[in-house]
Amino acid sequence: MPFRPTLRGTLDAVPRYRRHYISLAALLGLGLIAACGGPYPQSTLAPTSDFGVAIDRLFTGIFWWAVVVFVVVEGLLLFSILRFRHREGAPAPEQHHGHTALEIAWTLAPALILVFIAVPTVRTIFATAGDAPPGALRVEVIGHQWWWEYRYPDLGLVTANELHVPVGRPVVVDITSTDVIHAWWTPKLGGKRDAIPGHHNKIAFRADSIGEYMGQCVEYCGASHANMRLRTFVDSDSGFQAWVAAQRAVPAAPAAGSPAETGKQMFQKYGCIGCHTVAGVSAGLIGPNLTHVASRTTIAGASMMNTEQHLRDWIGNPPAMKPGSMMPNMHVSAADLTALIVYLQSLK
Amino acid sequence: MSEPTGLKSWLTTTDHKRIGKLYFWTAFVFFLLGGFEALLIRAQLAKPDNTLISADTYNQLFTMHGTTMVFMALMPLAAAFFNYIVPLQIGARDVAFPRLNAFSYWVFLLGALFMNASWLLPHHPAPDGGWFGYATLTEKQFNPGPNIDFWLLGLQILGIASLAAGFNFIVTILNLRAPGMKMMRLPVFSWMTLVTSFLMITAFPVITVALVFLMFDRVFGTHFYLPQAGGDPVLWQHLFWLFGHPEVYILILPAMGVISEVLPTFSRKPLFGYTVVVYSGVLIGFMGWGVWSHHMFSVGLGPIADSVFALTTMLIAIPTGVKIFNWLATLWGGQIRLTTAMCFALGFIALFTIGGLSGVTHAAPPADLQQTDTYYVVAHFHYVLFGGTMMGLFAGMYYWWPKMTGRLLSERLGLVHFWLMFIGMNLTFFPMHLIGLLGMPRRIYTYSHDLGVDSMNLLCSIGAAMLGLGMVVFVYNMWRTRRHGAVAGPNPWGGATLEWSIPSPPPVHNFDVIPTVTSRVPLWDAPPKPAPPPGHIHVPAGSWWPMVAAAGLPVMALAPLTHTVWIVFVGAAILLFGIYRWAFEPFEV
Repeated sequence: MPFRPTLRGTLDAVPRYRRHYISLAALLGLGLIAACGGPYPQSTLAPTSDFGVAIDRLFTGIFWWAVVVFVVVEGLLLFSILRFRHREGAPAPEQHHGHTALEIAWTLAPALILVFIAVPTVRTIFATAGDAPPGALRVEVIGHQWWWEYRYPDLGLVTANELHVPVGRPVVVDITSTDVIHAWWTPKLGGKRDAIPGHHNKIAFRADSIGEYMGQCVEYCGASHANMRLRTFVDSDSGFQAWVAAQRAVPAAPAAGSPAETGKQMFQKYGCIGCHTVAGVSAGLIGPNLTHVASRTTIAGASMMNTEQHLRDWIGNPPAMKPGSMMPNMHVSAADLTALIVYLQSLK
Repeated sequence: MSEPTGLKSWLTTTDHKRIGKLYFWTAFVFFLLGGFEALLIRAQLAKPDNTLISADTYNQLFTMHGTTMVFMALMPLAAAFFNYIVPLQIGARDVAFPRLNAFSYWVFLLGALFMNASWLLPHHPAPDGGWFGYATLTEKQFNPGPNIDFWLLGLQILGIASLAAGFNFIVTILNLRAPGMKMMRLPVFSWMTLVTSFLMITAFPVITVALVFLMFDRVFGTHFYLPQAGGDPVLWQHLFWLFGHPEVYILILPAMGVISEVLPTFSRKPLFGYTVVVYSGVLIGFMGWGVWSHHMFSVGLGPIADSVFALTTMLIAIPTGVKIFNWLATLWGGQIRLTTAMCFALGFIALFTIGGLSGVTHAAPPADLQQTDTYYVVAHFHYVLFGGTMMGLFAGMYYWWPKMTGRLLSERLGLVHFWLMFIGMNLTFFPMHLIGLLGMPRRIYTYSHDLGVDSMNLLCSIGAAMLGLGMVVFVYNMWRTRRHGAVAGPNPWGGATLEWSIPSPPPVHNFDVIPTVTSRVPLWDAPPKPAPPPGHIHVPAGSWWPMVAAAGLPVMALAPLTHTVWIVFVGAAILLFGIYRWAFEPFEV
């Protein structure tokens, strides 16, 4: 049967030097799309922990097997379409019904490839099951609609939305929830695990490099699922010790008559104490612990930066900033809000 | 024998061809609705921090997009072909239980309308718990409105339609085959209908149990999924995915059946490895029951459970791969005619392969911990369900349209439709692989510019608009065909199976004389002989009672929705009255 070069014919019509322009343009297009974005703070493709690296290695292996199968299947498909086109007047093709040896071959070939995928998969499952060496830093993560509570049981610390861990030291994270199912994920530090009420999940990792890592809740958990974000700070050893010391200290009471002192009264007047803990002032358990809220870089489930303006927007009308927010609009007057913000910003 | 016309003849019809058309048009409208919901989603995600759509509405849109596409568009579109084509392929005059068939359709229509009625109430309390409805988010304490009630009641009604249809097609295919139509001569589409029907009657009871538990939790204050009282939200996930994974095969097997008909016809070669393709389909149906926890790798079931489900999931890739190789071998050495139907079938192979391969990457649980609940998974299953199921169903639409209407769809518009879908589909869903790997979660109404995925999201939205345009072309093509389509004749494509041996559209009794089958490709091996003039042919008469019985179900569902007990008795009375009259209806000719 003569070869009917349909696609080749189409490309033949384009002068050879122009063909390079076509491939160049295609590459440029992809490059531009990639270049428009970045620097991809939640990329899973640039892991910076042992957990993340183990996953990435497994995924890369499977990915290249998939590329091989993709090229074979799509290649055969394209070749068949081009090579076996109908021609007027050609006799009916041979009526093949099957071929046993071929069937056995293309059953065994994928089975063999799957062995090469399954062995490292099972190995990685057990390696990343969340077991940590003794002496690992323990952290409890508790999901709430829509913020994260962090407890360090060995250090006696409670904070929210921003996790601090020391570089190079194993960390084991125990994950649960008090209301609906969430999932805790800092992509660069490794995979996610669900936060399920009544269950405890474990992640163990050792962060490789100092830095600030973005993450967010990744199990649909209601109205503000999209606004339930988080940050993980990998500190130097001394940086982490300093952070722990600062978090353990009880913030000094504001000086009598200062604006912060007025703000502290507002913190009581508007009922903030009912839900929030500030050590030495209140013991609310519904919202995040605010003892050191000024030391955090973000507010409102890590969905906004911790600036004066954002505090004003957020406390002024929480449901507008975070739909479905459990914190109601307390209708704080402008003057009281200013005092409240001064107080909150004093809680370093 | 002339066919009755008019509204009454459609409302009371028990003719499988008319019910097939009712299924088709209803499902097609819901497909457009689900597609419209998807376009709104893509409009919101076209840029970061967008405020076009509120969080609450967005959550309703993605919930109803998924629910609509799975239960009201893709499954019933496949059911339209089960209805119209299977009796013709096996040489039968109708399905085994024509009135039960009408009942299935009316239950499906009323269930779909019931759930979508939530859009029309004040403040549109449409379902907003995701198509997967994870407890505890769907419990009364976290979702006190009627949103979830609409969802769980609507799904229970739709499940009854699927169960009735499943039993009907199993009995039809096993019992009503023409003489000589042995199981291993059955066209592959009918085979896949049989496997799908078995999956429907076994999978839907599981989700019904899950939904009844949830309904009890919400209405009667039980605690099946509430941990405070000893319940467990993970129980919901096991039940849902124990249904949900066979459901994936309920969606893909019919499309695999369609292309197993289209590829041989337009290659002018019988299906390569028929037996292997059939057994692979059966095997996929069985194995589909043993993989559900791969939807739950991040739940923390432990390394042993994760390993087992990883291996079973990888194993299921083998029969799937075998099918693809047999389709390629069918093309090999054939005489390929690139009709629109064929283009869609080839598109199925090209795109479903990508969906299958990305599926293997999250069959590995550790890799899945980075992928699950991100856009990578959205990309994966749209390559399976859009690139696979919808491409297959479009192939079926172009292939069987002339059989169903007597006229051919325009091939020129068809190819425009195909290329808009094929390019638009890749533009929409391919970048989502990367968007997911770069850390964007699913089901979020807004995303931060900081993620760096703005331009890729815009690209997805442009692709979605192209898909919308493709559908406009398709609708125009169907509308235009009513007057301007070329008259098809009995066998416009040179097909090999029995549906092509009779006029297009077929007479109400299908076959003047029930054929005797001696081959898998009867029309290629022995062209039909002119049939002797028919004697008196019995055709079942129409009936109102399936519709009356079906109407009882949404009335019953109003009771838990409104917390009014007496309504359930009214609904039950309507249902029982309908069934009673149906059972004792005079058997007319």
